Amino acid sequence: MSGLFDCRKAFSEALEQVAEADPRIVVVTNDSVGSSNITGFRQRFPERFVNVGIAEQNLVGVSAGLANAGKIPFVCGAACFLTARSLEQVKVDLGYGQANVKLCGMSSGMAYGALGPTHHSIEDLAWTRVIPNLTVIVPADPEETRQAVLAAAQAGGPVYLRISRMPVPQVHPAGYQLRVGRAARLRDGGDLALIANGTMVARALEAADMLQADGIRARVLNLSTLKPLDEEAVVAAAAETGAIVTVEEHSIHGGLGGAVAEVVVRTKPAPMRILGVPGVFAPTGPTSWLLERFGLSAQGIRDAALELVYGRVRDEAEIRTGN
Amino acid sequence: MGERPCIDMPHDQTTRTKAEPDPGVMRRQANLIRRRSLQMVHNAGMGHPGGDLSSADILSVLYFGVLRVDPQDPAAPGRDRFIMSKGHCSGALYAALAAAGFFPLAGLNTYMQPLSPLNGHPDRNKVPGVEASTGPLGHGLPIGAGTALAAKMDGAQWRTYVLVGDGELQEGSNWEAAMMAAHYGLDNLTVIVDRNRFQQGDATETALRLEPLARKWTAFGWAVAEVDGHDHAALFSLFGGLPLEPGKPNCVIAHTRKGKGVSFMEDRVGWHHHVPSAEELRAALQELEAQAL
Repeated sequence: MSGLFDCRKAFSEALEQVAEADPRIVVVTNDSVGSSNITGFRQRFPERFVNVGIAEQNLVGVSAGLANAGKIPFVCGAACFLTARSLEQVKVDLGYGQANVKLCGMSSGMAYGALGPTHHSIEDLAWTRVIPNLTVIVPADPEETRQAVLAAAQAGGPVYLRISRMPVPQVHPAGYQLRVGRAARLRDGGDLALIANGTMVARALEAADMLQADGIRARVLNLSTLKPLDEEAVVAAAAETGAIVTVEEHSIHGGLGGAVAEVVVRTKPAPMRILGVPGVFAPTGPTSWLLERFGLSAQGIRDAALELVYGRVRDEAEIRTGN
Repeated sequence: MGERPCIDMPHDQTTRTKAEPDPGVMRRQANLIRRRSLQMVHNAGMGHPGGDLSSADILSVLYFGVLRVDPQDPAAPGRDRFIMSKGHCSGALYAALAAAGFFPLAGLNTYMQPLSPLNGHPDRNKVPGVEASTGPLGHGLPIGAGTALAAKMDGAQWRTYVLVGDGELQEGSNWEAAMMAAHYGLDNLTVIVDRNRFQQGDATETALRLEPLARKWTAFGWAVAEVDGHDHAALFSLFGGLPLEPGKPNCVIAHTRKGKGVSFMEDRVGWHHHVPSAEELRAALQELEAQAL
């Protein structure tokens, strides 16, 4: 594992690759060419490139129309505007209508750090994952991003891809194969489970290393497909480790943590900690500083895990000793 | 559930013959759309009869004179696209689709019944011939701009028609699409404004002024025509002359009356979504039957 990568590069390379193979693929954008890293696509496929201007409702509606006529639109825009400004179109035109459209929410999470909460996208997973028929994928590294684009192009229905711009290391071993709807177990362990997605997977792995030094074997799951959720993997994690920490660059409400908790409470109830932005608008500051501040660092994850595990161990000791 | 009156009425021996557009067919079918949709709304106890009636002639001219669609092959790639953006007038749309042969007329009896494919607002995945799932306003024109753009990309000749309500134009998404359609020169796209001058709660000009409506579309780069939205010959001839101006999207402002065809419903805002009682239905059908003769 060496170096850090902006997943947008893998995204646009994969997009050009699938476009080369399939003439039905078109790109639609709300004047977000540079930020979506699709200058190359525009140069190579100008006749399949559509800029609708700064108009997100129309952006998604036009894409549904293109899909009606047999195109496969990849809709590229900043995640915050793409999902929020057009939410009813996403619900009705894409989800309800089952349109074959791929929403590509770029620069998600707090990637736009100091630009402020207007430009943060820490609600998008909550409001996309409740829409029926919409698949939600949050890739963790360049290779998974590449495979997510390929998978989205193959899927017959609407997909939301959440693409970060924050440089991340490769987290998957060589030969990794993304299976949509299945979690990837990146580390085995029976003492607790760290379940993360996107930019937080690398940090969860780092936290697992730190926990090993603390004598705790942490299982690490990359739950890159938030919907449909890999319930089997979540139930196994709850049953086999008895303690779960979820980590996401998102609000703690309604995202990965919420999705995991929904499964855990009705299958194998287990104590959880949900790490993310705790229901506030973030203050001004660079991304790395914000993540640090909200405990979304390897250290923060480790601390939460220790608190959870020792809390549980202490409870068991108390039971054993009758105190 | 009690016995419901059958909607399968006479006069539909002409339904599937649209090789040669016939003004008589369009007139009779418009009348049937009105009668069937009123019966459906009455049976369902819910619906939007005022707008069903204002749009009936437009739908009849489209489905029985203009649209190149095949009920036997409703997903044919080269078909014309008709998008009912004012999805709340599903009663009229379903009546038109059934009469055109997209599904059996008897299906209309299930309108809004449990598990019926005929939802209160049309679902493209359940009803053959429905191109877009609509209901929330301001969705149809962006989708239509997308289908028209796709046809341009492919150099295909099929056309896109979008029927919008006039009140619906208060939704900003329409104007996003209007700018974009003009920018891309989508002269294969036609928006038809059902200009019945009323919306749910009030006259459009009282609720939120739309006028000068034609000048708005012109300013957005569209070619605009105004027409009597109940004049089949005028509508047919207008649609036959598209595009109005090469390189510009087309806006047809169809001047209509809400509740058209039933004297006590015409221009009454309350009939936006009032449901006719048995007595009102009987009186309405009597008037409409007289017009069919």
